[in-house]
Amino acid sequence: MNNIWTIAKKEIKTYFSSPIAYAVMFVFSALVGFFFYSIMWWFNSQAMQLAQNPTYYQQLNINQQVYSPLFGNMSIILLLMLPLLTMRLFSEEKKSGTVELLYTSPLSVWQIILGKYLASLIVLLAMLGLTGILSIFTFAFGNPELIPLLAGYLGLFLMGAAFIAVGIFFSSLTENQIVSAILTFGALLLFWVLNWASSAAGAIAKSVLDYLSIFQHFEDFTKGIVDTTHLVYYLSFIFLGLFLTHSVIQSRRWR
Amino acid sequence: MIEVAGLTKKYGDLLAVKDLSFKVDKGKIWGLLGPNAAGKTTTMRILTGYLPASDGKAVVAGYDVFEQPNEVKRIIGYLPEVVPLYPEMTVVDYLKFVAEIKQVPAAKKKAAIDKSVEAAGLEPVRGRLIKNISKGFRQRVGIAQALIHDPQVLILDEPLIGLDPAQCKDIRDLIKRLKGEHTILLSTHILAEITQTCDGATIINEGMLMASGTLDEIAASVKVREGVVLKLRKGGEEAATQWRRIPGVEKVGRSDKEYTVEWSKGQDPREDLVRIAVDKGWGLLEMRSLAMNIEDLYLKIVSGGTAQ
Repeated sequence: MNNIWTIAKKEIKTYFSSPIAYAVMFVFSALVGFFFYSIMWWFNSQAMQLAQNPTYYQQLNINQQVYSPLFGNMSIILLLMLPLLTMRLFSEEKKSGTVELLYTSPLSVWQIILGKYLASLIVLLAMLGLTGILSIFTFAFGNPELIPLLAGYLGLFLMGAAFIAVGIFFSSLTENQIVSAILTFGALLLFWVLNWASSAAGAIAKSVLDYLSIFQHFEDFTKGIVDTTHLVYYLSFIFLGLFLTHSVIQSRRWR
Repeated sequence: MIEVAGLTKKYGDLLAVKDLSFKVDKGKIWGLLGPNAAGKTTTMRILTGYLPASDGKAVVAGYDVFEQPNEVKRIIGYLPEVVPLYPEMTVVDYLKFVAEIKQVPAAKKKAAIDKSVEAAGLEPVRGRLIKNISKGFRQRVGIAQALIHDPQVLILDEPLIGLDPAQCKDIRDLIKRLKGEHTILLSTHILAEITQTCDGATIINEGMLMASGTLDEIAASVKVREGVVLKLRKGGEEAATQWRRIPGVEKVGRSDKEYTVEWSKGQDPREDLVRIAVDKGWGLLEMRSLAMNIEDLYLKIVSGGTAQ
């Protein structure tokens, strides 16, 4: 555990002693802020228009009409941002030769992977945490429900964690950071749009494609639903990503 | 301390190291010498547990590198060919990180860092970012990180590469100071480094063992002829002709007043040479043993021939 934390600490320091973490966090917050503003603006105008009509006015729901689309937008921004966060994790060490230091230290491969993974999760948490500031306004001037809101954040976190696991895998494959990011984008986008093909597919293929699609599992979270199916999906996704990374690194042994 | 037996490493079809065996005794500075692409780095990477071998055995301080990699990693300090540095860290932060991953106990960490900073002469750059320090200091940081957990064995891959002569001397002195406490295996493709720093060397080429032992042992195994250089006040061509007649003498070369006389190993016509020179009154000014041109010797070894 100590070893994992040592690696994580080093990675976090690297993130914050270079502009990467700041750039990613800044752009992420700025974009989320913009989406929040525009969705809020639309929601306000709706509220103004419906103010005369109590029945409709009652149906206005800030969780469903502001947070749900906002979470959808945030998930896409995460898809664009996280590969940039993970691309350097192994690629940079391979390129600069520092892997040799890591692999000749008495650390297990799992400790190295988990340390790096943990560091990225912490940056992800910071990114999501920053957007929490926006909710100060909704709670001050509105009445959103807390639990569905937290469910949405949990969904974002799990999805981001899955993205990072994919990113760390591709980073272990190449010493080129750009290639690592491109492969991660490609894989994530593919999983994202997988169920678009399901309308043309047969019944079994459809259910498989639907099950594999990342976004399919995310929607419920934005509505405030935490379903174990989805939890299992994301956790297995994460495990698979990390396991493949481990296999790639171990494969040095039999190449 | 280090024992390698029948070590073989294949990268696909490429045979990088072929049936290599050698031994390094405790407390020695040992050179691993060979031209580029001879398999030095591969051998070191196998010893440090970075790469697995395709075949053979490597034992460091009684631990088998393949069976007990973690024990071996704890007692080896390793400076790879490309110094593994994080440019965004300060020297001290970097050493702290290395101390942690090398499992230096928290209580001893500070002392360990101070000790290696001092040993490697890093005091002036302690708090600077690694990206801002000179190449010579970076190499020292590399050595400091290898020393941090006070390893029994130090494996240094080309520790002097890319340094200017003054820096080379510094690092060489530093390595010599570390002798005794640590067993040191260092690789190089420059022969002079071996003669200046090492107790002995293993010479490899194309992954194969060419020679191993102390420098004298290597020289003895390679040299089949011995010789002397004589300097005469006068003597001319006659001296050369006379000497050639001495039994055993194989070759007499002359350049002005200096004569190079060579004979096959086992013979020793030195006394005859001198006697004739004195009898004839050539005015013998100087006689010295033919300095084995060690560079030639090395070239000879790596170009494959062991006989002249």
